[in-house]
Amino acid sequence: MDYFFQNLINALQWGSFYAVISIGYSMVYGVLMLFNFAHGDIFMVGTYIGFGIATLLLALFSAIMPGWLIFIFTVVITMFLASFVGVFVEIVGYRPLRKAPRASAAITGLMIGIIFETGNLILLGAQRLSFPPLIKSISYNFKGIYFTNVKIMIVVISLLLMLLLHTFIQKTKWGMAMRAMSYDFLAVPLMGVSINVIAPLTFALGAGLASVAGILYGQAYPVLDPYMGVLLGWKAFVAAILGGRGSIMGAALAGYMLGFIEIFVAMVFPSTFRDLIAYSIILIILTFRPRGFFGMAHSTSLRL
Amino acid sequence: MSTLLSVENMTHFFGGLRAVHNYNLKIKSGQIIGLIGPNGAGKTTIFNLITGVHTPTKGNITLKNTNIKGMKTHEIASLGLGRTFQNLLLWRHMNVLDHIKMAHFSQLKYTLFDAFLGTPKCRKQENEIKEKSHELLKLFEINQFADQIVGSLPYGAQRRVEMARAMATNPKILFLDEPTAGMTPDELVRMIEIIRKIHNDFKIAIFLIEHRMKFVMDLCEYIQTLVFGEIIAQGTPDEIQNNPKVIEAYLGKEDLT
Repeated sequence: MDYFFQNLINALQWGSFYAVISIGYSMVYGVLMLFNFAHGDIFMVGTYIGFGIATLLLALFSAIMPGWLIFIFTVVITMFLASFVGVFVEIVGYRPLRKAPRASAAITGLMIGIIFETGNLILLGAQRLSFPPLIKSISYNFKGIYFTNVKIMIVVISLLLMLLLHTFIQKTKWGMAMRAMSYDFLAVPLMGVSINVIAPLTFALGAGLASVAGILYGQAYPVLDPYMGVLLGWKAFVAAILGGRGSIMGAALAGYMLGFIEIFVAMVFPSTFRDLIAYSIILIILTFRPRGFFGMAHSTSLRL
Repeated sequence: MSTLLSVENMTHFFGGLRAVHNYNLKIKSGQIIGLIGPNGAGKTTIFNLITGVHTPTKGNITLKNTNIKGMKTHEIASLGLGRTFQNLLLWRHMNVLDHIKMAHFSQLKYTLFDAFLGTPKCRKQENEIKEKSHELLKLFEINQFADQIVGSLPYGAQRRVEMARAMATNPKILFLDEPTAGMTPDELVRMIEIIRKIHNDFKIAIFLIEHRMKFVMDLCEYIQTLVFGEIIAQGTPDEIQNNPKVIEAYLGKEDLT
């Protein structure tokens, strides 16, 4: 039983990473009907920005500021900077292709990802960097279950971010425009709202979220390398599909589910089988429910 | 009365297909003009060309003394052109009130900063728009549906939601693409009343595409007939009704032998 709860905490932590990243995929799909395949690498860039800001703040203020305050500043500044990465990707990569076939956009996304990865290699070299710990890790033992304050923090901050996003989408005019776009984007410009405002905003939100996921990831697994976003990005993409294209709630839920499946598969089977079995399960789910949990059944032929 | 919208010698090609040829239109403020024609004549294409969905190959379009040819749909909409669609472009899973609030987008002037902090300015504006929206819904007799998901409403009510949404953007001219398509005779009569009402209350010009003759003849003071992308006849309802070309286009040629 202890073993179960131990894994439950791990699953929640991994699920949080997947959930926060996969929301970025889902939001963009909802608004523009395309998958931003550069999102995994936007996550990577966000993590590196977080790394830079954290290192800088530590060097400047570690004497006068406690770790948690530096952590908060790192999160806020990184989110702000990373959102510009999202906007940049939208304007340079996707805007010129808005009327092109969806496959062109998909290929562009992959290209932007590769440019980010190799750009990072050239800029910072191939050596791995280590994310400085901002929060001192404290282990707790609750009736034989071990957990750290960092794990709890990751889950709490992720849930908080998702709640914040939910409020933004439900309550503000931009959120309303994003929702409207996801149902019918032809009618939105008729309200005097430019798609060129809503699309970059969506990318900015996704990139901001991904960068926070990156900082949290850096606190749990402090090794940074230019390809760190690839596998995590693809897994988050799977979660976005499983949750239903364009559904933010679905993406979050599927992200956690993916975390659970992976961890608990590894609990029963040898861990080398983890991905094989986990993704077979997802394949079976999608066979019977191709539109995912909350996805809308598309009457028109699917545009990728 | 000044000219609100004028279209001069507009021609449009889709690849090699000439969809619209040498089309002219003048709408003065407060006028109701109808566009009729058989299926596939290019009526909706004309709407799309004027509202900036497509850019015409040739010709000029002027709205309130601004040349709008080549402008984006959202810019044209901000100049005061509202539109509804033949096949209802509503946001299926959003509620009715949100539709109308969304149409007030540019009138909500709070910033991202206000939104995140929930400042009084933000809340005040939200409330004002909410009130305005309810008033508009009352006018269209759909206030009782305000909190319902639009996809669950009866068809006639959905049409009125779309029209209310177009009116919420404060247009000077309203484009209606087959506002009575698929309506029962009861709903049709109500729709005529509503269009008369918004025409009188808001003093706007209306340009509409319609198939039902009774509807067009009742409402419009001027009618254009479009066949294969060309205007074959235009004039007052009486003139159009008795025009042999129009009768031919709709019913075929009379064979006297």
